[in-house]
Amino acid sequence: MQRNARPYLDSLLAIREDIDLELQEIEDWNCCGATEYMSVHRVAAHALVGRNLALARDQARDTDLLTAGCSACYLNLAKTDAQMREDAGLKDTVNQALAAGGLEYEPGAMKVRHLLDLVCHDIGYDAVKARVVKPLHGLKVAAYYGCQVVRPDYDSRWDSHEHPTAMDKLLAALGAEPVEWSLKTQCCGGHMSVIGPDVAFGLIRRLIHGAQEAGADLVVTLCPMCQLNLDAYQVEMNKHFHTDYQVPVLYFTQLMGLAFGKKPKDLGIGKEFVDAAPALAKIQAEAPKVAEAKRKRRPKPGDALPMPGME
Amino acid sequence: MSATPGDNRLNLCIQCGSCGGSCPSGAEMDHTPRRLFALIRADAREAVLRSNAPWYCVSCYYCTVRCPQEIHITDVMYTLKSMAIKAGLFHDAALPGFSETFVDYVEKYGRSFELGLATRFNLRHHPLSLAGMAPLGLGMLKRGRMDLTPHRIDGMAQLTAILDKAKALEGGLQ
Repeated sequence: MQRNARPYLDSLLAIREDIDLELQEIEDWNCCGATEYMSVHRVAAHALVGRNLALARDQARDTDLLTAGCSACYLNLAKTDAQMREDAGLKDTVNQALAAGGLEYEPGAMKVRHLLDLVCHDIGYDAVKARVVKPLHGLKVAAYYGCQVVRPDYDSRWDSHEHPTAMDKLLAALGAEPVEWSLKTQCCGGHMSVIGPDVAFGLIRRLIHGAQEAGADLVVTLCPMCQLNLDAYQVEMNKHFHTDYQVPVLYFTQLMGLAFGKKPKDLGIGKEFVDAAPALAKIQAEAPKVAEAKRKRRPKPGDALPMPGME
Repeated sequence: MSATPGDNRLNLCIQCGSCGGSCPSGAEMDHTPRRLFALIRADAREAVLRSNAPWYCVSCYYCTVRCPQEIHITDVMYTLKSMAIKAGLFHDAALPGFSETFVDYVEKYGRSFELGLATRFNLRHHPLSLAGMAPLGLGMLKRGRMDLTPHRIDGMAQLTAILDKAKALEGGLQ
C-alpha cells in the first residue's frame, strides 16, 4: 500500500478518524510472498507469513485484530493461521522455523480480517452512513470483490463466495447506486498480467466490459492487485484488442472519503491511469487531473509571438 | 503431495469437471485440473509436472469452493508447482521464472520490488516486450506509485534464519 496502492493508503488515513479506526502498523513487516513464494517453497511460505503473525502478536496493543487491505496479504495471513490451526504438523514446523529467529506464534492468537470486512461488519453501515455529508447520489458503481477475500473464506466472514453483497451495501450507504452484475468475484488476471498477458487481457476485458454493460460509471475495488490490473492494464488491454474502454477503477476507501466530504486530492484521486474525473463530475467532485494531462511541453524561446524586450 | 497442509482429498475426485469449468484460465491450460488429477492417479508424473496448468492457476479458489468433494485444488496446484521446480520439469521456463524472481527479491530484501521484478523477469524471459512495458512503468513512476530502489527490512538476518530453517524442515518432509 505504500507505493503502488498509495491512493488506497492515503484515503484510508484520511477517513480513519471518521470511522473510529485506530491503526497500528506492524513494525518491520515482510512481504507475504503473494501467490509466488508458495509456488517455490511450499512450507517456508508459511514461515514467511508466520513472522508477520508473530510480530503482530508481539506488537499489538489492546487488540487481537489484524487487518490487511490487500487480498493476497489478507488471504496469506488468514491461510497460514487457519492451516496451522488445522494441521498440527504444520504448526510445529512453522514454529520450529520461527524459533530460529527467536519468535513463535500460537495459531488463532490474531483474528485476521480484511479491511472491508471490518468496515462493513464491525464498524457497520449505520456508522458509515452517519458520517456521510456529501452523498454520492447518481453515481453508478460496480462493486468488485475479486477472488481472494471472499474465497476460500476460512472463517466464514461473507454471505456468499460468488455473489457477496457487503460492498454493495456499503456503497449504497454512501448514497451511490450499486449496479447488478455477475462478475463481481471473477479474477482480475492476478499474475497472468506479467507471465501470460494475453490470458490476463481477456479476463480484464470481460470485467471492464461487464461493468460498462451493467451501466457502471466506475468499478470499486478492495485490492491493490485488482486495481493495478483493471486500471493500468486496462490501457494495455485496449492496445491489445484495439478497443477504447474508459472505466475508472477506485478503492472503496476513496469513495468513502468523497462521501465524507474529503478533498479528492487528499484521497489519492488523480493517480489512476483511467481518469476518474468524468465519472466524478456526476457528483460534482472536482478530481485533480491525472498525471498525463498535467504534462505540458516546456515553452521554447521560439514559441511565443515576438514581444517588445523588457529590460 | 504430502507437503500440502491438511488432507488434500485428491483421491476423492469424481472427475465431474466443475474445476475446469470454473477456471478463469481453464481454456488456456493444456490439462484442466480434472484431467491433471486423472493423470496423477495414473501416475503420469512427467506429464503432470510438465503441464502449464498449475502455473496458469491464478489462485482464485473458484474450483476449491465449487468442488463437490471439497478437494483443496488451489493448494494442490501450489504443491505441483514446487514439485515441478525441484524436478526441473517445465512447460516453459518463463512460468516458474516469475515466481523464482519474486522469491529472490523477498529473500534479499524482505519485501517485493516491483521495478526490479518486472525488468529482471522480462529481460530474462520476454526481452522483446520490455519496450512495450515502458509506458506502464513510466506511468507508475510519474504517479508516485513505484519505487526506484528496493527497501530492505531491518530484521533481514532474522527472516533469513527463519526461512533457512523452514527450508531445511521442508526438505525433510519430502
